Amino acid sequence: MENIINQRQEKIIEEFSVLDGDQEMTIFYIMELGQKLPDMDEEEKTEQNLVKGCQSKVWLMAHLTDGKVTFNTDSNTAITKGLASLLVRVFNNCTPDEILQAEIYFPERIGMNRYIGTQRSNGFGAMIKQFKLFAIALKTKLNV
Amino acid sequence: MTAELPIHTAEKLTGIRAQFPILHQRINNKPLVYFDNAATTQKPQRVIDKIVHYYSTDNANIHRGIHTLAERATIAYETTRSTVQAFINASEKEEVIFTKGTSESINLVAFAFGEVFVQAGDEIIISTVEHHSNIVPWQILCERKGATLKVIPVDDAGELIMDEYDKLLSAKTRFVAVNHASNSLGTINPIKEIIEKAHQYGAKVLIDGAQAAAHLEIDVQALDADFYTLSAHKVYGPTGVGILYGKRALLEAMSPYQSGGEMISEVTFEKTTYNEIPYKFEAGTPNIAGVVAFNEALEFVTETGKEHIAQLENMLLKYATETLGRIKGIVPVGTARNKVSVYSFVAEGIHHFDIGQMLDASGVAVRTGHHCTQPLMSRFNIEGTVRASFAVYNTREEIDIMAESLERIIRFLK
Repeated sequence: MENIINQRQEKIIEEFSVLDGDQEMTIFYIMELGQKLPDMDEEEKTEQNLVKGCQSKVWLMAHLTDGKVTFNTDSNTAITKGLASLLVRVFNNCTPDEILQAEIYFPERIGMNRYIGTQRSNGFGAMIKQFKLFAIALKTKLNV
Repeated sequence: MTAELPIHTAEKLTGIRAQFPILHQRINNKPLVYFDNAATTQKPQRVIDKIVHYYSTDNANIHRGIHTLAERATIAYETTRSTVQAFINASEKEEVIFTKGTSESINLVAFAFGEVFVQAGDEIIISTVEHHSNIVPWQILCERKGATLKVIPVDDAGELIMDEYDKLLSAKTRFVAVNHASNSLGTINPIKEIIEKAHQYGAKVLIDGAQAAAHLEIDVQALDADFYTLSAHKVYGPTGVGILYGKRALLEAMSPYQSGGEMISEVTFEKTTYNEIPYKFEAGTPNIAGVVAFNEALEFVTETGKEHIAQLENMLLKYATETLGRIKGIVPVGTARNKVSVYSFVAEGIHHFDIGQMLDASGVAVRTGHHCTQPLMSRFNIEGTVRASFAVYNTREEIDIMAESLERIIRFLK
């Protein structure tokens, strides 16, 4: 069985490799990815939808449609929104099980730490955790 | 861009930069531009060498030892005390207490002065431009003693509204704590006037000089300051060393702060008597190497000349204000008439974190966020700013690099 999440991760790694480790270009690229993501409605940017553990504000929502999860995210900073958009791309339209079983290796492979620093990397980790928490919650809902 | 500077100044500047080894490196393949000097300054080679020398040849515990190394270490440590005394023009060296930084100095006063002199119903005045470390110790003291905290407001330029200060002062005012210069905005506060007015009501005054010590002349006697604090690492010295200046009579009347070795005169299980100042407030083995090396930092400042430093930094501030202020979308925060070399700003529609991260990609180190002054940020209805703060080794070319990078970021994100 093909692993859709890993395929997506490989694609991201390939895209980033084109940037050849250039710090400025990489960050511009991350911000560009964020800009492509539609803004969340203001009324959805609630305290409850905030990802805990991020210095910037990141809002994340998840919906279950036909057994698959779709994510909706936004942030008050451009870089964080770009980072969140990468995760949406990786996880979107997968089943809760696929999300829960996924091993997220692309940040390490592209050397994300080097581009965004330790603080933001920790925040990025918190985001990944939040995607998985949503998957757990929605899986429970599926099984009810 | 140094054309406007007299040649001898430009030469001197090159000489100054050469003394700071850390500046000569590349970050993300770009020359490092270090504009985070309000957070901590870099260290000249002589400070670094002194730390190595101290541990290589003189290391011993101070004051009690009878052997040669202890004697050498003690002399070196006490030499710094005398240098600090001269640096701030204290009337005697016993009024200079070594702490681990400005935060500890303020905590010491809040506790040890507060314990003896502050009672329920008293009032303590601080200002809106204070760093959290000159807010929270007073809040804790007020809670402990049932006193009330009053706050001098600022105007839109970031200057203290002195008429409001006048209104806050009363017979209830026991203490006033304000900074000499604001870390977030750079505002230089009228501390002489603040002290004079407080004294008319019998209140004592602490000046947080953390952001002033590297830039401004300090004369605690001319100011008639009751307490003055600074951090060595913001004056080209090592981290973990701070100064508390206090008037002898006050220090003697205050309760001890921390207890342990050095601070005692005699200990029995029935009763302990305390040592004389300054040792009464220096419990435990201090950061001896740091204190010893701080002497080199102060000598660097004195030899470079505070007047010369001020001239260079004012030139940089003026140039940054013009160059960065010209960029579309940049809104300066803090436009006081008298400022130390701090340029704080927000960019319309762009988060300060993004700017900080992008500037780092260009090799430019700035600080972003609330700068430990959340009440001040609330006053300006902002979450934080981008802050570029300049030191004696910075150049106009570096400001050009920052401006160019900033323009690129804004163009991209707009």
